[in-house]
Amino acid sequence: MKTFLVLGAGTGGTMMANKLAKRLDPQEWKIILVDKDETHYYQPGFLFIPFGFYKPEDVVKTKKAFVPSNAEFILSDIELIEPDANKVTLTSAKRVIQYDQLLVATGTDIRPGEIEGLAGAGWHQNIFDFYTYAGSVALSKFLSTFRGGRVVINVAEMPIKCPVAPLEFSFLADYYFQQRGIRNKVELIYTTPLSGAFTKPKASEMLGGLLEKKGIHIEPDFAISDVDAGKNVIYSYDGREISYDLLVSIPTNMGADVIGRSGMGDDLNFVPTNKYTLQSQKWPNVWVIGDASNVPASKAGAVAHFESDTLIENIERSIHGQALQETFDGHVNCYIETGFGKGLLIDFNYETEPLPGTYPLPIVGPFSLLKESAVNHWGKLAFKCIYWNILVKGLPMPVPSRMSMVGKRA
Amino acid sequence: MSKLLDSVKFDADGYLDDPNQWTEELAKEIAAREGITLSDRHWVVINYARNEWKTKGEAPTLRNITKNTDVDTKELYGLFPGGPGKLAAKVAGLHKPTGCI
Repeated sequence: MKTFLVLGAGTGGTMMANKLAKRLDPQEWKIILVDKDETHYYQPGFLFIPFGFYKPEDVVKTKKAFVPSNAEFILSDIELIEPDANKVTLTSAKRVIQYDQLLVATGTDIRPGEIEGLAGAGWHQNIFDFYTYAGSVALSKFLSTFRGGRVVINVAEMPIKCPVAPLEFSFLADYYFQQRGIRNKVELIYTTPLSGAFTKPKASEMLGGLLEKKGIHIEPDFAISDVDAGKNVIYSYDGREISYDLLVSIPTNMGADVIGRSGMGDDLNFVPTNKYTLQSQKWPNVWVIGDASNVPASKAGAVAHFESDTLIENIERSIHGQALQETFDGHVNCYIETGFGKGLLIDFNYETEPLPGTYPLPIVGPFSLLKESAVNHWGKLAFKCIYWNILVKGLPMPVPSRMSMVGKRA
Repeated sequence: MSKLLDSVKFDADGYLDDPNQWTEELAKEIAAREGITLSDRHWVVINYARNEWKTKGEAPTLRNITKNTDVDTKELYGLFPGGPGKLAAKVAGLHKPTGCI
């Protein structure tokens, strides 16, 4: 009996465990899925919790509910991965697992400790993240009694998970304060280490314009050096300082510590991965999905989903001694909430930046690219249902994995 | 424009087209064009960036530079004011850092 070990039962790991369970011969392969947490969070929902648009219970299910019946689920942290010896040691009972194939799906987390003063006295007092369940729930409590003042949204360092989420947060904050009738008492400032609102030129221009239209001041090229939680001020390395009443922080994102401990990661604990085949650059029986890899695509569930199609094919090919296919094109597809019941959609890959047009079909869409519409907003809301019922279960989605130019205007 | 700067091609953002054409003399002139006079500390960063490019094919991130040299982030901003990642890559004759997505 051979072992296929999946580390991490988040979006990518769960999806792949389900695909593997269907594709691998159960007489020949045993699938083991390991995660330190029992709860599966619908992470895109964290964005809506602070404003009361989602309730905390809307985004929580148990991980076990999505584990295929012929796979073993182990609840444990991981102590060490030794890819040269095909061996993983778990924290729980120091159990050692020898594997034949390994999928790393350990994701990325926020590290407020990387920025001086950020994780100190102000953390979850008037400094909040919305990238964790605890952070978004705590922020929702804070906002419900907030009467006005300066709200600073700070992106500490790139890359981050879901790079559009901080912009969506800003748009929704504008909408939320208007609904509460206190927008005139709230100043919104968006600070980013990037030179504009986003990384890709056309989308950056469009999203930057939206910030301006909504009266949200953007402070570009702002590389945060430290936070003074006593004075409520953030400082940049080039000497700028901005005071806040509420700091919404998107701290440095890093891969799992075990990746660093095991010598498998780069400076941020992301695993060097072939960006077209999704095989580890160093170990042919190690595969990487989603946020855990260093591939230059957005860290997002939709990307993990597109990656899973390349991965399942290549894993099968590799097991049968066939050459790998270089099919992953860096495809990213995300809905961007812009408030007032509207949303944007962007669709791009390694080579093509987000362009205007319609998706997935020309003219009829139904979704419009790089343009606000109510249909895009419904698409975003419908995605929660698609996520739980199709995506994490590894079932086929009705859109192609590779990016298509159909419907786009270059 | 100096003859040296005229003899090579740059992209629209001022990054050297072919990193192989880079020389220390050229670095000094690119730096001067950006308003920087190169010191020993600049060279620590530039040499490190060149080495990273030789082994990995791209310009290092700020975190990578500060982790692997004795130059910390504060000093880096002093040496290459504004955007140290981009500016260091420019002076080191490398392409614009892709870094973030």
